[in-house]
Amino acid sequence: MKVLIPSALYSYTQCSKVTAKGVTLRAVLADLERQYPGIRFRMIDEQERIRPHIRYFVNGEQIYDLTQAVPASSELIIVQALSGG
Amino acid sequence: MASNTTKSSSKKQTTAMQVVVMVSTRKGAWLFHSDAARKTWRADGPHFLGQIINHMVLDPRDGKTVLVAAKTGHLGPTIYRSTNLGKTWKEAPKPPAFSPAKDSKSGRAVDHTFWLTPGHASEPNVWYAGTSPQGLFRSTDGGLTWALFSSINDDAQYRKWMGSAQDGTPDGPKMHSIMIDPRDAKHLYFAMSGGGVHESIDAGQTFKPLLKGMEVVDGFDASQPTFHDPHCVRMCPSNPDRLYQQNHCGIYRLDRPSDTWVRIGKNMPKRVGDIGFPMVVHPRDADTAWVFPMDGTSVWPRTSPDGKPAVYVTHNAGKTWQRKDTGLPQDQAWWTVKRQAMTADTQKNIGLYFGTTSGEVWASRNEGEKWICIAQHLPEIYAVETAELA
Repeated sequence: MKVLIPSALYSYTQCSKVTAKGVTLRAVLADLERQYPGIRFRMIDEQERIRPHIRYFVNGEQIYDLTQAVPASSELIIVQALSGG
Repeated sequence: MASNTTKSSSKKQTTAMQVVVMVSTRKGAWLFHSDAARKTWRADGPHFLGQIINHMVLDPRDGKTVLVAAKTGHLGPTIYRSTNLGKTWKEAPKPPAFSPAKDSKSGRAVDHTFWLTPGHASEPNVWYAGTSPQGLFRSTDGGLTWALFSSINDDAQYRKWMGSAQDGTPDGPKMHSIMIDPRDAKHLYFAMSGGGVHESIDAGQTFKPLLKGMEVVDGFDASQPTFHDPHCVRMCPSNPDRLYQQNHCGIYRLDRPSDTWVRIGKNMPKRVGDIGFPMVVHPRDADTAWVFPMDGTSVWPRTSPDGKPAVYVTHNAGKTWQRKDTGLPQDQAWWTVKRQAMTADTQKNIGLYFGTTSGEVWASRNEGEKWICIAQHLPEIYAVETAELA
């Protein structure tokens, strides 16, 4: 599937659009980690929680659970929530 | 040489060819290079622009490895590593992280690594890290991979003393001031805001509180570690049995084997008080130490008292203190200095350095007698360390 990467994570991917495989969000993130070591921990903490300022959208719908299914034909958009200062 | 290093029992006077002041800020890191004269400074940075850098420390044992504790407002924490003084950086493959909990909702996650300490001289690749929320971590491969260290992280009593995020500082509860006795790699100290000062004599397998003599906010029970808030603790390189501490409730000295802290801040001028964050010790004279007082009255403005910043020095282990503000703003300067943002080098005439919450770096080539501003307009400064290279 196509994955859109937020600018804060370009240091890992070097670009905004990548591809990754997986039938769930967890599996897709695992594939991203395989391709870009270190990227997952910046988004998911050691308790398997999505970090507070990271959001995932599949085909425009926000998903909240790592176990949620993501169709291979869909597009995953990773967004950093508007926050900070 | 970083201020919290442990290479030898007494930091020898050095005549380094290169002195580097390493500045960590809320939005990146800078290195300021000078020679032994320390009259002119060259800025190198920003490194990691936009990232929150809590600490940047050179390993004095190899003179080339630098670790940086980083996170961003949106992403989780990590550690960067350089072996060429910041020309290139590589991310640690396994930064500090707590163990997964049975119940992930209640499990702790590292928000940021706050403190870095190179290990004992006999353990070349060992580093220690303190995190927020409080966790003690250790690396045995020069900072590449990190693991939880010591039983305290999962100990029910220690977890109670650490409290929750509600009990910590405004930016999260912190593990800091990790110190290793240069005479004995098994003898360790650390401090927690809040949670007190703790000591281990078995290489960190177990720790116990070291609180006697330390005061707490009125109305709380001083026997409980959770109510103690040490801001910064330093071990004297020339006498590792002597510790100095800047606490939420005053300035203290501890001379081991005594286990009772003495509040030497009572000897500070009453109009200034003895509240502050940093504590700096002389590399060769255990009777000399410096503090940077701040306004800890009423709502804790965390500014220089009366808008008049000053360093105070003692040359007799805290019996008397002298104000050192020549060159500093004399009025209407409302910044202060955070706990990691003041340090000393080891040159013949000790260089002192501090970074302010308003983004200025101040330096003195003569132990605080006269101050000059060597950088301004940086982001809020979180930490200042020195590196001295041959």
